[in-house]
Amino acid sequence: MATETTEAAGVCVDAGGSALGMPQLCADWMPNQIFWLVVTLIAIYFVMSRIALPRIAAVLAERSGTITNDIAAAEELKNKAAEAEEAYNKALADARTEAQKIVAEAKAEIQAELDVELKKADAQIAAKTAESEAAIAEIRAGAVQSVTEVAKDTAKELVAALGGNPDGAAVESAVEARMKG
Amino acid sequence: MAEEKAEGGLVFHPLDQFIVKPLFGDGPVQWYTPTNVTLWLAIAILATIALFVIGSRGRGVVPSRVQSVAELFYGFIYKMVEDVCGKEGVRYFPYIMTIFVFIFFSNYLALIPMSYSPTSMIAITAVLGFGVFIAVTVLGFVKNGPSFLGLFWMKDAPAILRPIIAVIEVISYFVRPVSHSIRLAGNIMAGHAVLKVFAGFAALTLVSPVAIFGIVAIYGLEVLVCGIQAYVFTILTCVYLKDALHPHH
Repeated sequence: MATETTEAAGVCVDAGGSALGMPQLCADWMPNQIFWLVVTLIAIYFVMSRIALPRIAAVLAERSGTITNDIAAAEELKNKAAEAEEAYNKALADARTEAQKIVAEAKAEIQAELDVELKKADAQIAAKTAESEAAIAEIRAGAVQSVTEVAKDTAKELVAALGGNPDGAAVESAVEARMKG
Repeated sequence: MAEEKAEGGLVFHPLDQFIVKPLFGDGPVQWYTPTNVTLWLAIAILATIALFVIGSRGRGVVPSRVQSVAELFYGFIYKMVEDVCGKEGVRYFPYIMTIFVFIFFSNYLALIPMSYSPTSMIAITAVLGFGVFIAVTVLGFVKNGPSFLGLFWMKDAPAILRPIIAVIEVISYFVRPVSHSIRLAGNIMAGHAVLKVFAGFAALTLVSPVAIFGIVAIYGLEVLVCGIQAYVFTILTCVYLKDALHPHH
């Protein structure tokens, strides 16, 4: 019976199911491992060489192509951006010059108008001043006249009050002489 | 069985995890029998398909997360092949990618508890190692003709030393596939066996905290080892391929 169990389990296993020596060196099991190993290697080789590796290679190539294209596109866009910036700067400079020109023109125009207005105003002021001066002179002349008359009358009254006989003409000439002094 | 129980639960069978069992029934393991090895190899294929086919199905110029991981693998191995083998080596990129992806997924899937680790089996790594060796040697002769033997003849060495160096070079050339395959199997097997030993110690109450800490630490180390061994196997394949393409360096 014991020999039968050993027979059934194989040469490399004892009756209890434990290994006799190293299972690695059991010649009975080697053809089995070698056969299945070869099957496995062929299977993996076909999976790899027919499906997996070409697919990954294609993906990697596509990616590097995409990256190269994107870098080229980015370079182009960068150049375009630089051009646009240049154009913008040029436009800005032009606009600035134009603005300065307009400002100078406007300034000159305003100055001219201002000069005209100033002249007009000066003329008006001069006219008004002359008018006023004439009025003042008239008033002053009027005032002197009045003062002379008042002085004459007052002098006549004074003379009369002091008991003299006022000689109209004499008093008048005296007052005039006085007022001139 | 009774004896083992009497020992107090300390049962060490660190190599039982590598036993090849039929998936269905208890019959003998024939060369065609679907076994636990088959199952985990199939899971490795499914993982490959999930990452590289389903992951990249969007073909996005802006990749999804999974697709960018697949692209990472692609770029990593592609650059390795290009750097080591030169432009002509790129023709062999799918083969090298296959080797890398297979070892990578086998290694990491083996870190799932209760899983099986195909790359810990010397039969499997030997097929890989000798496969690379034979392919590279045939390729060397096809590409270079008899001048491929110049690989063993150091032209810049002193004339007296050349035959001696040639002998050493030939020996080291034939040792390559052995070291190439045993390095991978040994690393993965040792790591998994050590994990099992620590797990066995975890049954003892006294040392179980230490054992569990040990499992965590070794597991962390294994995470590194799995990636590094996949990388090492692949870059050595590239180096051997470079020797076949340019034997006169």
